[in-house]
Amino acid sequence: MTSLTIYKRELTSYFAQPTAYAIIVVFLLLSMGLTFSFGNFMRVGDASLEYTFFFWHPWIFMLLAPAVGMRLWADEQRTGTIELLGTFPLSTWSAIIGKYLAASTVWLVALLFTFPIYLTVNYLGSPDNGSILAGYIGSFLVCCTFLAITMLVSACTRDQVVCLIVSVVICVGMVLCGYDDFTRELAKAVSPTVVEAVVSFGVWDHFRSLTQGLFRLQDLVWFASFIFVCLLGTSAILSAKRS
Amino acid sequence: MIEVESLTKQFGSKRAVDNLSFTVNKGEVLGFLGPNGAGKSTTMRMITGFFPPTSGDAKVCGVSIIDNPQEAKTKIGYLPESAPLYHDMTVIGFLKFCASVRKLSGSAKKEAVERAIETCFLGTVARQSIHTLSKGYRHRTCLAQALLHDPEVLILDEPTDGLDPNQKHEVRQLIKRLGQTKAILFSTHILEEVDAACTRALIVDNGKIVADGTPAQLHAQSETGSLTDLFRKLTTRDTEAA
Repeated sequence: MTSLTIYKRELTSYFAQPTAYAIIVVFLLLSMGLTFSFGNFMRVGDASLEYTFFFWHPWIFMLLAPAVGMRLWADEQRTGTIELLGTFPLSTWSAIIGKYLAASTVWLVALLFTFPIYLTVNYLGSPDNGSILAGYIGSFLVCCTFLAITMLVSACTRDQVVCLIVSVVICVGMVLCGYDDFTRELAKAVSPTVVEAVVSFGVWDHFRSLTQGLFRLQDLVWFASFIFVCLLGTSAILSAKRS
Repeated sequence: MIEVESLTKQFGSKRAVDNLSFTVNKGEVLGFLGPNGAGKSTTMRMITGFFPPTSGDAKVCGVSIIDNPQEAKTKIGYLPESAPLYHDMTVIGFLKFCASVRKLSGSAKKEAVERAIETCFLGTVARQSIHTLSKGYRHRTCLAQALLHDPEVLILDEPTDGLDPNQKHEVRQLIKRLGQTKAILFSTHILEEVDAACTRALIVDNGKIVADGTPAQLHAQSETGSLTDLFRKLTTRDTEAA
């Protein structure tokens, strides 16, 4: 119940300020721009949207998702409003959940606004809409993972810029370390076990199967547990900071 | 109403609050005095459940803030030192949000918000965005938040800080009036406020109580009859400590 109150406040705050609009517009410009330029959408005829559209999402999210999440706790700590939250009769968890869901909602809205591409492929051909849905779910989960990381980082600092930089670095790392070109180079230098460990930390392994329309339990468990651990860490850091 | 039992807070090697014990009863307004860094804010943050104490306990209306923080927090109205607010909200939006967090809804919420706006003279700025307000109005908005749920206990950290003389007078009158039915603990640097609003006062220094009594008793303790002289005699000055 209190989570819902926090959720509403955070969401209103996102849309009362230019933040959410700016992020959504930049995301739409980038995702559509990349799809039609480097993605060669018109020439390839990729109706499942796997390579032309969804492929670009982790690259965009690694830079933009932290911009949405950076204020979540950093701002509370800078302005001192965390003292209000901490003395209201609510648990840290309900505040974390409320804030996290609000930031996720901003991204859900952004993703939903890409609907013209869905209409386009359905108009031009007969795609497997189930696999497109899986791609959207995959995209959203990658974004939620990056948001969870940002939230964890924002609990550590009162400076939004520091939070943005550190989160972007971690997210870029997670995108790169599972990317084929990178793992191929890495395989030349280190043992296969290390490569496997590095790849499993990256998002591609789990994201790619979803964009291919595969719902694998292990991917969903990976995303869910990654997010859960980050939120748990956020709660631990916030409590540790007070004592 | 507020029972503080051997409350201690250790920050690294520094003991900010040292084995502090006192009580505030219903109908009492306790002034909490002391130099900067004496441990006033830390004590208040522990009673309100923001900081967990290193040892000791605080009970609010008999409910321990350590064992049952959620319930104890419902009985407290708290004004933090810097009067923090969500600057992107309007005054009325912020108060409605606080009321919802306090689990007020429907007409109870509406009445609570209206009453708080009236009590803190915020009627003219109610629909204004908080970031456009002057410091005095911001302070009063945060005070209104503390009064929303009509708590039995009020903890106010420097409630008159940054207000002009008229506003200071209003807030003191308000504290005095509310103190008739509630237990109030408020910290201040302004010694005249002890005479103006308190029924009792504590002076703390280095996390310990160095004086405790009614304003009349404190005046009597001072050789010159002045609270300032008593304060200067009992507390260490940071110029000396260096």
